Amino acid sequence: MTTTRDARTSIGRDLALDLYQTMMTIRRFETIAGELFAAGRLPGFIHLSIGQEAVAAGVCAALEDTDYITTTHRGHGHCIAKGGRVTEMMGELYGREGGYALGRSGSMHIADNAVGILGANAIVGGGIPMAVGGALAAQLAGHRQVSVSFFGDGAVAEGVAHECLNLATLWKLPIVFVCEHNGYAEMTPVSTHLANPDVTQLAAAYGMNATAVDGNDVAAVLAVSREAVARARNGGGPSFVQARTDRWRGHFEGDPQRYRPREEVQAMTDRDPIAAWRSVLGAEHGVSDDELDSMDDRITAELTSAVEKAEAMPLSDPAGLTRFVYPEASR
Amino acid sequence: MTVTKYWQAINQALHEEMARDDSVIVIGEDVAAPGGPFAATKGLLESFGPDRVRDTPISEAAIVGAALGAAMAGYRPVVEVMFLDFVTVAMDQVVNQAAKVSYMSAGNFSAPMVIRSICASGRRTGPQHAQNLEAWLAHVPGLKVVWGSTPADAKALLKAAIRDDGPVYVIESLAEWSTRAEVAEGEEIVPIGSAAVRHEGEDLTVVTWGGAAPRVATAVDLVHDVSVEVIDLRTISPWDRETVLGSVRKTGRLLVVHDAVVEFGVGAEIAATVATECFDQLRAPVRRLGAPYAPAPFAPQLEEAYLPHPEAITREITRTVQTVRNAS
Repeated sequence: MTTTRDARTSIGRDLALDLYQTMMTIRRFETIAGELFAAGRLPGFIHLSIGQEAVAAGVCAALEDTDYITTTHRGHGHCIAKGGRVTEMMGELYGREGGYALGRSGSMHIADNAVGILGANAIVGGGIPMAVGGALAAQLAGHRQVSVSFFGDGAVAEGVAHECLNLATLWKLPIVFVCEHNGYAEMTPVSTHLANPDVTQLAAAYGMNATAVDGNDVAAVLAVSREAVARARNGGGPSFVQARTDRWRGHFEGDPQRYRPREEVQAMTDRDPIAAWRSVLGAEHGVSDDELDSMDDRITAELTSAVEKAEAMPLSDPAGLTRFVYPEASR
Repeated sequence: MTVTKYWQAINQALHEEMARDDSVIVIGEDVAAPGGPFAATKGLLESFGPDRVRDTPISEAAIVGAALGAAMAGYRPVVEVMFLDFVTVAMDQVVNQAAKVSYMSAGNFSAPMVIRSICASGRRTGPQHAQNLEAWLAHVPGLKVVWGSTPADAKALLKAAIRDDGPVYVIESLAEWSTRAEVAEGEEIVPIGSAAVRHEGEDLTVVTWGGAAPRVATAVDLVHDVSVEVIDLRTISPWDRETVLGSVRKTGRLLVVHDAVVEFGVGAEIAATVATECFDQLRAPVRRLGAPYAPAPFAPQLEEAYLPHPEAITREITRTVQTVRNAS
């Protein structure tokens, strides 16, 4: 078992700052998106992962661009951590022609072939088999790529999740299943939706290595991810990581959250993964508050610019709305 | 040309495409070591090895989804979902995922994959093995649906489906499994979206496909006083509007015959299109003949009554042609 202390010391200053930058970019992106949504400037609905940033940042720091991920309706963070471009993401949230999918898909369907994002997904559990397929392709090609599927504890109650754990183990596929265990399936607590809330026990029963980690500790997440990714890359087959974390916001923006007391969310902010990592950066890497504040400012400026660019993008053109129903090469 | 059984034609298509293109892989329940539940994948494991030909657990959603992921990552998977009824278990992966990958990513990803299923209609397999669910599939934008009714078309359409850059659902008729006919060796591709005129005629157009097509052929042989044009659609979606509309403009009459229940079916789409596009040429109301609105029954006499049999088809042909427009 890797201790948090060991995990931290294996991270150099540059990587430590990268992890911070990734987490803060996710936090600011989603905070801004939440504000834009509340102001009525984004159509549809959005789901935020504020509080869960350390899982996305820690796991994706163990991956290469050529590795694959699939993610969920709460997937902005994973896409940013995997190298998704924030301007195109913001454009897609706005439903603009310059968005990732030209406004066809919205917040829940960011995909980017260039950095291995097979796609976020609006169906709970729907992306898990696709990640299995990415791993199958990697295995067939002998490319030593790894596939990661992010999903929540809610998806563990979907049958297809278990089909995938079974299949990946049978075929010894290079995949890491990452369960972001935030204790809620939408609005229903884990005590009501999972017979066994320790998902590592379910995964271990299929015969794969399964590890629980504090999902609010980015160093610990990175350490278990590196181990799991190395196992996959070296032909050791699938692994399962359960990262216990906190969803600060409701299931969707606008969720009145009548199902939980206000104090519960207050307690979560005391476990803020970003504030914790800031302390580590200061104490163990000698990074000053000024340095971090100016990084925060740069991130905010980048995202403000992304919003401005998204707002300046043309509205998606209804004349082209049937384009890409079929891949263009086969038309 | 060689006389080949329907299932052997499918088997040939798989062998030829796997030999032609290393990115083609075959996965599904019982497809590798057992050679397929009905032998369609016989010999593939021996020829192409256990990496490219894989038996899977009975996990339709996972295997269709895994095929999708592999397709997005550069392979051309052919996944067998044994009976068409079983696709309902994988419907999220078919409808929400595979069919929409190109659209949802604005072309950044595509899903060049094939799902093959047998339709066992007519083989006494009962309510959960004998459904004709092509309308379910055709209703999903992004998914192509083909169904060869002859050995030659079963082969050529499967080859075209494997080479298509998007997801194609290939339905195969178990009732025709041992039917023999001439099939080309090697290259013969039927373009997806092209219907076949099986029989030329002047008085009436019959549009059919899949399991009903052989019974329509039998029926037409029994009709001597009506000149019938028979179109085998071959591709359910996107369907060959030009061929159908051109024929109806000539004959002025349309009968659609299919094995699926009539209500909310593919026949309705064709009938509505013809009613709109051929209004001036129509000399009789468009008719549809299919199964009654009931699940597919098991007992032989019930299933015989359920599917449009040749006598029912000839009766409907006669009724359509005898309809006379009242002078107004």
